[in-house]
Amino acid sequence: MEGIYFDNNATTRVDEAVVEAMLPYFTEQFGNPSSMHSFGNKVGLAIKKARMQVQELLGAEHDSEIIFTSCGTESDSTALISALKAQPERKEIITTTVEHPAILTLCTHLEKEGYKVHLLKVDGKGRLDLDEYKKLLTDQVAVVSVMWANNETGTFFPVVEMAELANAAGAMFHTDAVQAVGKVPLNLKDTKIDMLSVSGHKLHAPKGIGVLYLKRGTRFRPLLRGGHQERGRRAGTENSTSIVGLGKAAEMALEAMAYENTEVARLRDKLEAGILAKVPRSFVTGDPTNRLPNTSNIAFEFIEGEAILLLLNKFGIAASSGSACTSGSLEPSHVMRAMGIPYTAAHGTVRFSLSRYSTEAEVDRVIAVVPEIIAQLRKLSPYWEGDAPKAEPEKAFAPTYA
Amino acid sequence: MWDYSEKVKEHFFQPRNAGVLEGANGVGDVGSISCGDALRLMLKVEPETDIILDAHFQTFGCGSAIASSSALTEMIKGKTLDEALKVSNQDIADYLDGLPPEKMHCSVMGREALQAAVANYRGEVWSDDHEEGALVCKCFAIDAVLIEDTIRANNLSSVQDVTNYTKAGGGCSSCHEGIEEILVKVMTERGESFKPGTPAKEEAKPAGMTNLQRIRKIETVLDAIRPQLKRDGGDIELVDVEGKTIYVNMKGACAGCQMEALTLQGIQQKLMEELKEFIKIVPTKAGALSRATCHP
Repeated sequence: MEGIYFDNNATTRVDEAVVEAMLPYFTEQFGNPSSMHSFGNKVGLAIKKARMQVQELLGAEHDSEIIFTSCGTESDSTALISALKAQPERKEIITTTVEHPAILTLCTHLEKEGYKVHLLKVDGKGRLDLDEYKKLLTDQVAVVSVMWANNETGTFFPVVEMAELANAAGAMFHTDAVQAVGKVPLNLKDTKIDMLSVSGHKLHAPKGIGVLYLKRGTRFRPLLRGGHQERGRRAGTENSTSIVGLGKAAEMALEAMAYENTEVARLRDKLEAGILAKVPRSFVTGDPTNRLPNTSNIAFEFIEGEAILLLLNKFGIAASSGSACTSGSLEPSHVMRAMGIPYTAAHGTVRFSLSRYSTEAEVDRVIAVVPEIIAQLRKLSPYWEGDAPKAEPEKAFAPTYA
Repeated sequence: MWDYSEKVKEHFFQPRNAGVLEGANGVGDVGSISCGDALRLMLKVEPETDIILDAHFQTFGCGSAIASSSALTEMIKGKTLDEALKVSNQDIADYLDGLPPEKMHCSVMGREALQAAVANYRGEVWSDDHEEGALVCKCFAIDAVLIEDTIRANNLSSVQDVTNYTKAGGGCSSCHEGIEEILVKVMTERGESFKPGTPAKEEAKPAGMTNLQRIRKIETVLDAIRPQLKRDGGDIELVDVEGKTIYVNMKGACAGCQMEALTLQGIQQKLMEELKEFIKIVPTKAGALSRATCHP
């Protein structure tokens, strides 16, 4: 499909080499890896290879630390529920206000079941207060779950340091690293991270495949019980095709790691600077000095994000927004609210997320189109007059709540 | 991505009557910046006749909010204030060939802006008692606040009760967990505990309506809708009424029309409003057969 795809934090296109690696496992190599005959055996070997490819990308010590799951969400649920079941005497969880719903919704549910959930706050740039964290780390905490990089702003959390602190307090440490894996060099064997979630479709592998990294020796209780697959830690016949695809994608991500952090970062910076230079009353959210190389989240004040996306889409440009309307909820993105971004800007946030397939020409095109779109919507906005916001915009237009 | 109708897209991409209206003598500001939609409606009313000579809008909001605002201004121009006030939020949605359930509140906002602007013109104070909660039932666009208030006001204690009183949960049933949560909350407040499987309160049938009266009422509603359908070359026929299921026959251009599901949804909504009970509208086999022949 033609168009400019700058929504790679939502999902990525499957690399053609990945598809090619997968195809034989639909037809010739269709066997069940658990079977004794050679149909199964070859698939078993392919899965073994994929496991080692993922191991290498994560910098894990053993290939048996890689458990294939169906998605990042399954990995997250498995990790947290396992930590609680394995340590019934510990009833508390520490996480952050800006986690993905895969963690937050689960924690809300666990709260109803009697667990205590501590949500770490963030500052205006989306950074954590480690002193607050240290105070909460007691012998009641079963597990700490902190994302490696935020999906909306790309901001990194100091997970390696936080894992050390958790380990010292006897708590398990999990990180949802679905945005970071493939973009950040990892060396898990040198960290105290016990569990880490990966999602295949964020790194050019297909949807429907994920990984839970489980450090050897970490006490574990499976979410799915049944057959002996994944050494009894995740029952269910292996999604062999997608596992092979994820292995190939992991290998390619490792090769592209330097490119992601130099060239993709350069394109992202150019895009961001280009837009900010041309659009008044716009600013970057999150911490621009410490974030994913591919992500830029820009708030356009006094207009609403879904309207921006619809107009971008008309120009063939795909991005995403933290506005309430894009999700059908009544509040803008919880990440923007947690950072204290005012409503008039939070609804107008747009996330551009690039990939190694993004090109300079695409960046130039987006820089050319965005300012027109923003100006067009601001003409409709009751907060705007001419080419600037009204004086004291929130007083000039203060509708009664409806 | 939202499934917006072509009409919504058209009004969003080319909004009518956008921008400040010089010499406006009725202005209504409504919306909520926290949920990301706010609208200023400006009217120029001729004092002698009460006719709306011109209407403009400014909107902070999503595609459907802008489209609803644009549609509203088109609908009310040339009408007297009293005529304009008869425009309901459903009329705005219908004008746009429907809105997704999550977006119906955009049409509500348009309707409220109109009330506020008329009140402003007449020198009255418009106050709004409508509070909006998170959307629970997507099939019928029912939010948490309405469900909670209804449970409280009627002492409800089962999901079936909630469906009977508000329609919420009467469709795909995937929101039943959410409804149970609200029941648990309200019932705990009144010192009861929620028990799944509690039989519904006695059927919330409109008091004293006989079967015959009910069928006549249904016919009246269908008669009122018929001219609209005929305008588009279609028609509707009542086939049977069995409890809460109303069987109809979609005829002419309506049968097999891509908008059929949407049309039926609208008719179901109107019927439920009139009958004050939850009903299901089902197109009969005859209709389905004629569709099959139309589209082999």
